[in-house]
Amino acid sequence: MAGRVAAMLMAMLTGGLVWLASPGGAQQAPGSTVPLPPAGEAYPLYPDPSQPRVVLPEDPFEPAERVVAGLSSDSVAITASFDGSDILIYGAIKRETPIPPGPPLEVVVTLEAPPRAATVWRKERRFGIWVNTERVEVGSAPSFYAVVTTGPLARILGPEWDNRYRISLPMVLRALGQGDYVADVVPFTEALVRLQVENGLYRLDEGSVKLVDQTLFRADIRLPANLVEGSYRTRIFLLRDGQVVDVYRAPIDVRKVGLERWLFRLAFDQPFLYGLMSLAVAVAAGWAASAAFRHLRRA
Amino acid sequence: MQIYLPIAEVSVNAFTLIGLGGVVGLMSGLFGVGGGFLITPLLFFIGIPPPIAVATGANQVVASSVSGVLAHVKRKSVDFRMGWVLLAGGLVGSWLGVLVFNVLQGMGQVDLVVQLCYVVFLGLIGTMMLHESIGALRRSRNPAQRRRLHQHHWVHRLPAKMKFRASGLYISVIPPVLVGLAVGVLAAIMGVGGGFIMVPAMIYLLGMPTRVVVGTSLFQITFVTAFTTLMHAVSYNTVDVMLAVLLIVGGVVGAQIGTSLGARLRAEQLRMLLALLVLAVCAKLALDLFLTPDELFSVTMGMR
Repeated sequence: MAGRVAAMLMAMLTGGLVWLASPGGAQQAPGSTVPLPPAGEAYPLYPDPSQPRVVLPEDPFEPAERVVAGLSSDSVAITASFDGSDILIYGAIKRETPIPPGPPLEVVVTLEAPPRAATVWRKERRFGIWVNTERVEVGSAPSFYAVVTTGPLARILGPEWDNRYRISLPMVLRALGQGDYVADVVPFTEALVRLQVENGLYRLDEGSVKLVDQTLFRADIRLPANLVEGSYRTRIFLLRDGQVVDVYRAPIDVRKVGLERWLFRLAFDQPFLYGLMSLAVAVAAGWAASAAFRHLRRA
Repeated sequence: MQIYLPIAEVSVNAFTLIGLGGVVGLMSGLFGVGGGFLITPLLFFIGIPPPIAVATGANQVVASSVSGVLAHVKRKSVDFRMGWVLLAGGLVGSWLGVLVFNVLQGMGQVDLVVQLCYVVFLGLIGTMMLHESIGALRRSRNPAQRRRLHQHHWVHRLPAKMKFRASGLYISVIPPVLVGLAVGVLAAIMGVGGGFIMVPAMIYLLGMPTRVVVGTSLFQITFVTAFTTLMHAVSYNTVDVMLAVLLIVGGVVGAQIGTSLGARLRAEQLRMLLALLVLAVCAKLALDLFLTPDELFSVTMGMR
C-alpha cells in the first residue's frame, strides 16, 4: 500500500523533472523563480476550449479510510503546581465507501516525549559486593511513552507494521549498543522498558480506546507529573487485519511557564548568579530562623 | 500538595520535602552535623536524580548550618581561628571533590563509591564514638578516676604550631588543614557537610574540647558547602532552588529546635546518640552492598 504510494510519488517527481529539462521549455524569466510554460505549437499556452476536458482519474491509492482527529489541547503548561495532565484524543474515520467486510477496524494511539540518551547498568557481585559492571548505551529513549489501543496489540498489529512505525514499547528504543562490549543487549533493553513501566513512564493500555461503529473513537492519556519539556508526538494508527491503513500525526507542546521557566532559564543562562541566589536564599533563611527563635526564647 | 521542581524535572509532595528538611535540621542542631549524610540518600529515594540531590543537598546544608552557627556564636562556642584553618583545607578539598565526582559519574560508579565511603567512614567513626562515649559515661559514674584535659600523641609533635585560644590548644596547623581537606572532598562527592567526620576528628585527632567542636564544625561546614553549591551550580547546573527552599523551610526550624535541645543534654549522651545513628545508617548501607539486590539493572537518563 505505502509502497504503491511511494512509487506514484516517484513517478510524479521524475515526470516533473523531465518536463523541466525538455528542450525549449523552462525558460527562467530573470529574477523570477516561477518557470515559464513551454513555448511552441505543440504546447498551446491555454488549452483549446473546444476540446473535451480531460478528467484526471481520482487518486486510486487514496486510502479508503482516513483518520480525522483532534486533541483536547495542543500544549501543556508546566506550572509550579503541575500535577500531570489529561489529554483527550478524539476523532472519526472518514470514508467514501461502505465499511469494508472482514476483520473490524482497530485504533492505536501513541504519545511520545522527546527522546534522550540513557545508560542501562547491570550489577554483578565482585569481591563480595554488588558493583555496576556492564552497561549498554541507548542513544535515544523517550522519557515518556504511552500506547493505548482498542484491543491486544499483539493481535491487532502485524510485526512488520510494528517494525515500520515502531509502535510497541520495546520498539521506542533506538540507536542501541554504542560503545559497549556486551554480548547480548536484549536483557538490558528489556530492563529499561520494565523499569520505565514500573515508574509509570512507559505505558501500554490495551482496550482503553473506545471505538463506536468503526467510525468514532476517543482515547484518554494521562500525562504524569514527571514531564520533561519539549515537543511531544501524537500518532493515531488505523489498523485493519494487522495492517496500518492510515496514520495521523499531531504535536503537543510541553513548556515550563512562569516561575518554573524563569528559574530554569536563569540556572542555565546565568549559573553564577543563580548559584549566588540559591546561597542568598539559604543564608537569609538560616539567619531569619535564628533571629526568630532568639526572639521567641526571650519572650 | 504536589510541586514541580524546575531543574530536577520531577514532581514531589511539598510537605514530604519540608518534613525531610525538618528531621535533618534537628540532627544538624543537635549534633553539629550538616545532616547531608541523611538528606542525600533520602532525596535519591524519593526520585531526585543523584547529581541534583548532591548539589541541592549541599545548598540545604548551608541554610541549616548558618542557622546553627549563629546560635553557637551567641553562646561563644565557636573557635574562629580553628574554623579558618579547617576552611582553607576544606575549599581545596571541595574543588578536588567536584572533579572526582564527575569522573566517577562517567564511569557509572558514583553510587558504589558514595556507598563505600559511607560504610567505611560511618562504621569506623560510629564504633570509635560509641566506645569512647560509653567509657566516658562509666567514668562519670565512677569519679575516682580523673580524666586528663586531652591525650598527647604524634599529632602534637608536628611543626608549624599555632595557638587556638578558644580550644585551649597549641598544635601544628597541618592536622587541621588535612582534616579540612578530607572533609571538603567528601562534601563534594557525597553531598554532605562532613560534620559526621569533622566532629570526631576534632575531638579525637585534634583533641578539641567538646564545647567548641559543634560550633566550629558548623562554621567550617557553612563555607565549604556554600562553595560546593556554587561549584555545582556553575559547572553542571544541578542546583534546584525550588527543592532547596522547601528543604530549607523545614531545615532551619528543625536546626533551632535541635540546638536548644542539645544545650540541655549531656555531651556524652549526645555523642552516644550520634554514634548509634551513624552505626544505623552504616548498617543499612552495608546491607545494600552485600545482599543480592532485587533489581540488577539501573538506568541513568541523560540530561537534555
